[in-house]
Amino acid sequence: MSDIATPGTTADEHGHDSGDLELPNGRPAPAPLPHEPRRADVDPKAARRAERQVSTMFIVASLLFLAFLAAYIGIDKNVVIALPVIGTMSASNLALGLTLGLALFLIGAGAIHWAKKLMPDIEVVQERHVLESSPTDREEAISVFEAGATESGFGSRKIIRRSLITSLVLLPLPLVIILRDMWVTPTDSPSPNELLSETIWTKGERIVTDGSYRPIRPEDIPVGGLVNVVPASLEKVEEAEGTLNERAKAASILVRMTPAEIRSQQGGSAEEPWDVQGILAFSKICTHVGCPISLYQQRTHQLLCPCHQSTFDLADSAKVVFGPAARRMPQLPITVDSEGYLVARSDFQEHVGPSFWEQGAS
Amino acid sequence: MNSMAARRRHPATLVVMLLLGLLATGAIYAAVDSGTSAQAADQKWSETQVETGKKLFAEGCSSCHGLGGQGSSIAPTLIGAGSAAVDFQVSTGRMPLAAPGSQAPVKGVIYSQAEIDAMAAWVASLAPGPKVPSDAMLDTSKADLAMGGELFRTNCAQCHSFAGKGGALSDGTAAPTLMNATPRQIYTAMVTGPASMPVFSNATLTIEDKQSIIKWIGSLQANDNPGGLSLSRLGPVTEGLFVWVIGLGALIIVAIWIGVKAK
Amino acid sequence: MSAVVKAGGALAEYTDERLGIAPFMKRSLNKVFPDHWSFMLGEIALYSFIILLLSGTYLTLWFKPSMTEIVYNGSYVPLDGVKMSEAYASTLNISFDVRGGLLMRQIHHWAALFFLVAMTVHMLRVFFTGAFRKPRELNWVMGAGLLTLGILEGFAGYSLPDDLLSGTGLRIAEGIVLAIPILGTWLSFLLFNGQFPGLDFIPRLYTVHVLLIPGIILALVTVHLMLVWHQKHTQYPGPGRTEKNVVGFPLLPVYMAKAGGFFFIVFGVTTLMAAIITINPIWAFGPYTPDQVSAGSQPDWYMGWLDGAVRITPNWEWNIGNYSISWNIFLPAVVLAGAIFTALGAYPFIERWATGDNREHHILDRPRNAPTRTALGVMAIGFYGMLWISGGNDIIATTFDLSINTITYVLRVAVFVVPPIIFVITKRICLSLQRRDHDKLLHGIESGNILRTPEGEFIEIHLPLGDKEKAKILGKVDHVPIALESGVDENGVANPKGRTARLRAKFSHWFYGDNVYLPTAAEIEAAEAHAAHDYHEQHAVIDDFRGLEITSEPVLHSPAIGGHESNPHQH
Repeated sequence: MSDIATPGTTADEHGHDSGDLELPNGRPAPAPLPHEPRRADVDPKAARRAERQVSTMFIVASLLFLAFLAAYIGIDKNVVIALPVIGTMSASNLALGLTLGLALFLIGAGAIHWAKKLMPDIEVVQERHVLESSPTDREEAISVFEAGATESGFGSRKIIRRSLITSLVLLPLPLVIILRDMWVTPTDSPSPNELLSETIWTKGERIVTDGSYRPIRPEDIPVGGLVNVVPASLEKVEEAEGTLNERAKAASILVRMTPAEIRSQQGGSAEEPWDVQGILAFSKICTHVGCPISLYQQRTHQLLCPCHQSTFDLADSAKVVFGPAARRMPQLPITVDSEGYLVARSDFQEHVGPSFWEQGAS
Repeated sequence: MNSMAARRRHPATLVVMLLLGLLATGAIYAAVDSGTSAQAADQKWSETQVETGKKLFAEGCSSCHGLGGQGSSIAPTLIGAGSAAVDFQVSTGRMPLAAPGSQAPVKGVIYSQAEIDAMAAWVASLAPGPKVPSDAMLDTSKADLAMGGELFRTNCAQCHSFAGKGGALSDGTAAPTLMNATPRQIYTAMVTGPASMPVFSNATLTIEDKQSIIKWIGSLQANDNPGGLSLSRLGPVTEGLFVWVIGLGALIIVAIWIGVKAK
Repeated sequence: MSAVVKAGGALAEYTDERLGIAPFMKRSLNKVFPDHWSFMLGEIALYSFIILLLSGTYLTLWFKPSMTEIVYNGSYVPLDGVKMSEAYASTLNISFDVRGGLLMRQIHHWAALFFLVAMTVHMLRVFFTGAFRKPRELNWVMGAGLLTLGILEGFAGYSLPDDLLSGTGLRIAEGIVLAIPILGTWLSFLLFNGQFPGLDFIPRLYTVHVLLIPGIILALVTVHLMLVWHQKHTQYPGPGRTEKNVVGFPLLPVYMAKAGGFFFIVFGVTTLMAAIITINPIWAFGPYTPDQVSAGSQPDWYMGWLDGAVRITPNWEWNIGNYSISWNIFLPAVVLAGAIFTALGAYPFIERWATGDNREHHILDRPRNAPTRTALGVMAIGFYGMLWISGGNDIIATTFDLSINTITYVLRVAVFVVPPIIFVITKRICLSLQRRDHDKLLHGIESGNILRTPEGEFIEIHLPLGDKEKAKILGKVDHVPIALESGVDENGVANPKGRTARLRAKFSHWFYGDNVYLPTAAEIEAAEAHAAHDYHEQHAVIDDFRGLEITSEPVLHSPAIGGHESNPHQH
C-alpha cells in the first residue's frame, strides 16, 4: 500500500479509516485546503520569467566567483580603503568577502526561488509508520536475545561473569592514571599549594617599572601616583624559564598617598614599616579569579578589578569593600636600599591570586 | 712653591674657578635630575598673563576655589596644582563645574586657549606644580608606536579599555573615552591625575614613554578597522547583540520567505 | 532521455549492484518534510557547523598552537617588535599576511556565534512547542549535550589566539578551577602542566577544539538527524494534519532545493558579515600577558550568563581550619552551571512525570495551549537574561551613565524576584489567548465594524473564522490532570506510593488545571449556525441600505434585526 498521497488527492481517497483522520483530541481532522495555482503554473510567460530570474541569479553568482579570483590575485594585502562609517579597512577583505558572500547568497536565493515558483507546491501527505515494532517482532527479538544470552553462559557461569566484570571495572584505571603526568612534576617539586604561595619577590629585590625595567626612588612617585611594577630579576627569570608563570604571581603596583591618609596596613612596625613615606606596594593579581588589577582610583584610594568589580580599599589594608572577592589584596613590605631605590623587604606574607582549598596550610 | 701653587695667584683664577664651579654644578644637576626639567620648556609666563589670569580666575573660579586658589568646602585647593591641571580641566570643558557631583562632566569649553594660558599662568605662580608641555615635548614623530601600545595596555587600558573607549569605575564614575583627546590633554591628564585618575609622573613614565603613548592613542583615534565595521569596539557584547538581532533576524526573514506560498 | 539522466541511471545501476540501495533511495527521495520557518532554525545550526568545519580546516593550515615566546616582525606595524606567543603571532599572520585569512577568521567566528544562537532558538522552539515529548526525549537530551559542547567549543576556539581578552578569560577559568574544593589545585596543575599560564595549555586546547569536541559533535549531530529522519518531523496543527501523517513537500525536488538553498543563504550571510564587520579584533587587544587587562572585558555572548553569575555572587568564603571553600566562585561557576544543564537535559522526563502524559505526540502544541510549560520557559529565559545583563554590567554602566555598584545590588535581588513575576504574567497571557481562541470558535472574529440598526442598537459584526485558523485552533489537545486519588483504598489500606502519587497529581493539576477547554463539537456547530444567521441578517441590513434612494419615507424593519428573533427579510 502506498503511503504517500499523490499530489492533488486527499487522504480520504486512500480509504484510511476515520481514526487516521482524527486529531489527538478526537475531533475530525480539518480537510486540507484546496490548492491555489501560482502564476507560473498557469501562465507560460510567467514561468519563463521565473526561469530567467533564477538563471540570472546563478549566472551572477558564477561571475562573482570569477571576480573573487581577480580580487585575490589583483588586490595587495596591504591596501586599505576608506569607507563612510566603517573607517579604513582592508580592501582585500572587503572585495573577497563581498564577492564570495554575494555569490553564495545568490546560489541559495536562486535555488529557493526555483522551488517556490516552478517546482510543484502541492502539499503531499505521507503516512507515519507506527514506531513501535509489532508484538510478534518484539517477542521474536526477545527470544533470540534470550537464546543467545543463555548460550553464552553469562548468566549461569557465575565465576566467569564475576571475573570478567572485575577485569572490565579495572580497565579504565590505567587509562586514567596515565593522565597523572599531564603535570610533569619535577623531582622534589613543591606541592601546588606551596608553589602558589611563593613568588620571586625576596628581601632586597629591587622594584622596577613594568615594561621599561627602571628602578624607582620614592621621590619619583607623586602623591596620588600609580606605578605598575615587577621584580628586577623577572627579566632574567623569564628568559631562563621561557614562561610567564612568575610574572603571573609577581606583578605588583605601587601607589602613593599622604601618610595621614593610611588608616591601616597588613603588617609592619614603627621600626620596620611596610610603606615608604606613604608609598604602598600591593599584589596586582585579584584574589577573586586572578585578573590583574591596576584600576587605582586615587581620590577614594580604591582599587577596582575590571573583570567582576571587586573593590579593595588600599588605605585600609586593601580590604574588600565591594564585589565577589573574599580576600584582601596581599601587601608587599617595602623599604629603600642603600642607593635610595625602592626594594622589597620580603616576599608577600599572604598568597597572591585566587583562593584555593588548602590555602590556610601555607 | 710648586708649579700649581704658582699659577693659583693668577688674577683670572677667581673668574675661572667660578665658571668651572657653575659648569660643574649644572652638569651634576643635569646628570642627577630625573629629567623632568631637562626637557621641560621652562614656561616663562609673562606678567600680563598672570594679571589677566588672576582676573579671569576671580570672575569664573574663585566662587568655589577661593580668591587665592586655596580651595573651600566644595572645591580642592589649586595651590601646587600647576598650569597643567588648569589647562586640562578648562580645555576639556570640565571646569567651570556646573554642579558638584561625583565626577565633573565634560561640557562645552567656554574659554579661549589664550584665556586658559592666562589662568594657568596665575595658578602656576601660586606654587610649583606639573607644567603645561611645550610643543617639543608633544612631538611624536620619533616615538615608538609599538612601545606606546605596550605602555598603554599596561598603564591605561584597565580603565580606558583597549580601544580607548573608556570604562566604568566605582559609584557612578567613569574613565572617559579618549577618542577626542588632544596630545596636550593626554599629557596634562597623565601628569595631574584628574578626578579618579592616578598621577603618572615623568620619572616613572618618561617624556619619551608619554610621547609613545600619545602616538598610540592617535592611532586608536584613526579608526582603522581592517575587518570592517567596528561595532563601537566594545568587544563581544556588541558582537553578540548584532548576531542576535541582525544576523538571526536576517536569516529568519529568509526562512519565512522560504515557507510563504509563492504567488 | 537526457545525457544527465542517462549518466545518473548508469551510476545508480553501478551502486545498486554493489549496495542494493534502491528501496532506500525510493523511500528517501520521496520523504515528506513539513514546511514552517521555525523548523529551519535547527538547519541554521547544522549549516553553521558545516561552515565551521570548512573555515576551521583552512585556519589550521596556518595557525600555530604554541605558547613559545617570539618577537613579532610581520606586516602589522603597531605590534612590530613586541614579544608574543607563536599562537598570537600566527593569528596576526593569518589576519594580515595571508590573503583571505582575515575573511576566513571572521567567517569562522561569525559562524560560531550563529551556531550557538541557532541552537538556542531551535531549543526554545522545540521547548515551547513540546516537540521533546515522546518519542523524541532522547533527541532533546542529545540536543542539550550539543549545546553544552558548543559552548565549550566556542570558548576553546576564541582562546586559541592567546590574545589579551581571551587570555583574561583563561585566567578566570583557571581561578574557577582553583576554587573547586579538595581537587582544585591539583586539577589546575594537571590542566596547565604546572602553574598558570605555562606552555602547554594552548596546544592542549587546540586538540580539544580541533579534534575531540568536533568529533563528538559530529557523531551526536548525525544521530540527532537520523532520529529526526526515522521518527519524522513534527508539524503544527492545521488543515489535513493529524497525528498519523506528515503534510509537506517531498525531499526531491522541493526540499532539497529549499534546504540546500538555505545552506547557501546561511553561508552567504555569514560571509557577507565577515566581509564588512570586524569581529574579535585580536590585533587591537594585544598579546596575552598576565599583568595586563582591558576595561570592559567580557566573554563571547554564550558565556555571558556564567560571567554575570560570577559578578553578582557576594563574597562568601568559608575558612575551616586550614581549608577554604570559595562559595563565591563554586556556587555560580560550578553548582549553578551544573544545575542548569542538568535541568535542561532532564526536562522531558520531569514534565512527563509531572503531567502523567505518556502518549506519543507528533502534532505540536501552540505555546498558549501549554501555559505552565510556556511560563516556565519564559521564566527561565528571564533568569538567563538577568544573568546576561549582569555579565555586561560595566558596559551598561558606561553606556547609560549608571553606577556599576547600584546595578550589581539591583541584579542580586532581581535575579530571584523578576523570574516568578515573569512566570505569572506569561501564564496569564497564555490563558487569555486560550479564552480568545475559545471565543473565536464560538463567535468568529471581531471585525471592528459597528453596525447601527435603525432601532438604535449597536452591534459589532463578527466574521466567520477562516478555515486555516480554525484548523489551527481545533488542533488543541485538552489535557486532563491526573485524578487526585485518596491515599487509601476501599479497605482502608494506605497506598505505599501514596505520597508520590499525590505529589504527582498536584503537579499535574498545576500544569493543566487552568486550561480553558475547547468547546464541544455540538457547541461549535450551534454557535456557527447562530453566527451564520446573524451574519446573514447583518449583511441584509447593510445591503439594504446600499444603493437606497433617499426618500422621505422611512423603511421600517422588524425590531428583530441583529437580534435573535427570526427576520422577515428574505434574500
